[in-house]
Amino acid sequence: MNIIEEKTNGFNILFVKDERIDAHNSAELKDYILHMIEQEKVNIIVQLEHVKFVDSSGLGALLSGFKHAEAKSGKLSLSNLQNQVLSMFELTRLNRVFEIHTDLKEVFEIDN
Amino acid sequence: MSSTANFQVDVVIPTQTKYLHLIGSIGEHIGKDLETFSGDRDALAYHLNLVLTEATTNAIKHANLDDPKDTVRINIDIQDQELVIRVYDHGQGFDLETIPNPDFDHPKEQGMGLFFIKTLMDSVTYKNIGDCNILEIRKLLT
Repeated sequence: MNIIEEKTNGFNILFVKDERIDAHNSAELKDYILHMIEQEKVNIIVQLEHVKFVDSSGLGALLSGFKHAEAKSGKLSLSNLQNQVLSMFELTRLNRVFEIHTDLKEVFEIDN
Repeated sequence: MSSTANFQVDVVIPTQTKYLHLIGSIGEHIGKDLETFSGDRDALAYHLNLVLTEATTNAIKHANLDDPKDTVRINIDIQDQELVIRVYDHGQGFDLETIPNPDFDHPKEQGMGLFFIKTLMDSVTYKNIGDCNILEIRKLLT
């Protein structure tokens, strides 16, 4: 999986560069996020601008990260979702679980 | 508007998740090109991509792990009024009726795949025939 990690304004931002998150690569995403949390990087934003497709295992990987971050008093939120990807969160009501931001600028403004 | 001829796509893949992209893409292309469908074709394309991905993942998960040459067959049958997806696996099988819908108030990492299939399509059945199981998914195109 093609992931780039950056630290900006106190947030650990994960740019997912793959167009597709499915059962072939979701375990890698899940493990990557859990490894970050183990390293005390618990305030995570997953930037999904390039992701055109996510399946149930992709949602599960993000939910796993959310729960583990929350257990360490951190937060995993999402930004830059394409419409079809957002509709998967709405269908499963996971849009009520995750904070979903339009873009990273919005995240930083809220934080300030 | 031109009508889409009835046609079938039949694919047999090894039980490996690296082929999910291929199967999903076939569904995406079929959805986008379905000129007779009057609804949102971009949404249909995503839904077919998703449903084929979930159904194939499910078949791979339930595959016969003792047989490295095990395969999953995916058949997509496009007719005027209906699209039928049949996914054949050689695994132990499961009972579709006993799988609950997700608990939205206490979301879990597993169990959303069949929910997507049931919600986005019109009917789903899973039956055993001889040495294989068939997950049959129908979507009305009217």
